[in-house]
Amino acid sequence: MLEDYFRQYGILVMFLLVAVGVPIGMLLMSWAAEFIRVRPKQTSIVKRTSYESGLRPFSPKPRLFNIRYYYYAILFVVFDVETVLLFPWAIKYGVLSKEFGLIAFFAVLVFLVVVTLGYLYAWRKGALEWTRSMEN
Amino acid sequence: MNSTFLDNSLFRNIYCYLAGGSDGCASRGYDTAILPAGFEWLAFAITAFIIINIVINAGLGAVIVYIWGERRILGRIQNRTGPNRWGPFGMFTSVADAIKTLFKEDIVPDEADRWLFNLAPILMVFPVLMVLAVIPFGVGTFVVDINVGILFVIAVTSVSGISVVLASWASGNRISIFAGMRSVAMLISYEIPMALSLIGVLMLAGSMSLGAIVEAQDLPFILVQPLGLFVFLIAAQAETSRTPFDLIEAESELAAGYLNDYSSMKFGIFFLAEFLATIVASMLIVTLFLGGWRGWDPIPSQVWFAGKTVLVLLFIMWMRFSWPRLRVDQILVLAWKGLFELTLINIFVTAILIAIWPDPGMTELLIMSVINWIVFFISVWLVSKLLRPSDYSAPTPQPNRPAYPVATDELPDEVAYTGGATR
Repeated sequence: MLEDYFRQYGILVMFLLVAVGVPIGMLLMSWAAEFIRVRPKQTSIVKRTSYESGLRPFSPKPRLFNIRYYYYAILFVVFDVETVLLFPWAIKYGVLSKEFGLIAFFAVLVFLVVVTLGYLYAWRKGALEWTRSMEN
Repeated sequence: MNSTFLDNSLFRNIYCYLAGGSDGCASRGYDTAILPAGFEWLAFAITAFIIINIVINAGLGAVIVYIWGERRILGRIQNRTGPNRWGPFGMFTSVADAIKTLFKEDIVPDEADRWLFNLAPILMVFPVLMVLAVIPFGVGTFVVDINVGILFVIAVTSVSGISVVLASWASGNRISIFAGMRSVAMLISYEIPMALSLIGVLMLAGSMSLGAIVEAQDLPFILVQPLGLFVFLIAAQAETSRTPFDLIEAESELAAGYLNDYSSMKFGIFFLAEFLATIVASMLIVTLFLGGWRGWDPIPSQVWFAGKTVLVLLFIMWMRFSWPRLRVDQILVLAWKGLFELTLINIFVTAILIAIWPDPGMTELLIMSVINWIVFFISVWLVSKLLRPSDYSAPTPQPNRPAYPVATDELPDEVAYTGGATR
């Protein structure tokens, strides 16, 4: 059994190596084409500026970002943890409800209700809105 | 060699050809061997390497065909011919495109962070390829069937969200950075409904292994889990940033988004990753909801899988061709106020139904699917009512005040002092 796990994840590690190797190989192939004079290399200072629809970039890079993005990231963390906690319950739910009846449902119902209350609170507070209407 | 690996027809043929005399193979009629006894580990490694390369190359080849097919069908839908010059029906157009991308000049802008700039395309494509490792393509045709398959898929695909941020930030472009911020908001918002929509499937199948989920689908889960399929289809399209949800690379707003400064093969890899992600997403939909490789007998299971995948791909293409791009606030509201609720409803209803019938047979599954379809229509209708924008009412004209701005000699004080920046 343990050997089986090692074999499975060994294959996955090999898959990872090949999957990382494929894009690296493609980049190297394209890079090597430079040496056989197939791929041009004629850079100029104009080419090496950032693309800004034909203008020379004149503004500094944006360092500030809207607080909304941060809200969504925080909400993502909260609800992603919920997902992770629900997964093991969902797998064993059929077995559990056969054995213990409705307890298996109500045990998670408490958790889901708490999470749903948090979700409704976030909704009420306007954390899910991208634009806030003017009257608030 | 464990017997579960020898059940895998891909593995068995190559492994037993290399190490035929070993324990499992001799009983299955293989006697000659290339490698001597004691080198089973080498046979295993070589076998795994060959199969991994076959699967990855098949995926890359499928992308070439898919790009051609999508351009042809897009042409037909828009009442034009599509690519038709190079090869029969323009079949070699995407091959020519791939070769052209290889030989284009590679420009790294001065403002870019050179290491991260080169790392981003690699990080973009490898998670998509990794998903191919756990998908069962047919009876005994899979690379590996781990028991946490779905968790693996969700964990690995979330890396591509990071790579979009990395690409946009590393290229140091002002427009790209906006694309990166949007991707943070959008990709992570859709990850939650995508993961939660699978909980109904997990409850019914009782396992996370994709092979076991296919085995559990005596009735395809599209019938039992319509809400799950609906949410997963939309969320998967958003995760792969296809056109109704492609505000990360919206041409009319952000030039090309995070792809602005990429050229040559790096751009090609991003392009490849996007189309491969679509194929992989439709494979996942087939595996989880459409019964995977299951079908009727004379046709082999791999053909069933491929046919269903093409059907789902056609549906996804159809959605792409028909719908305009959503606005950023519409997309986020759809994820948080629409799909999230639908997944919660799905979890509640499925949990109650399974609590009533813990071990559903075919009759119970049919009753469940009828109930679930009723719930599907009612809840989608309610959510669409909820998300509908409020009716626009024209402001009532006031008799003393003109509706258009008028130049006056007397400006209000606040406007005069602050140059108009009062709000």
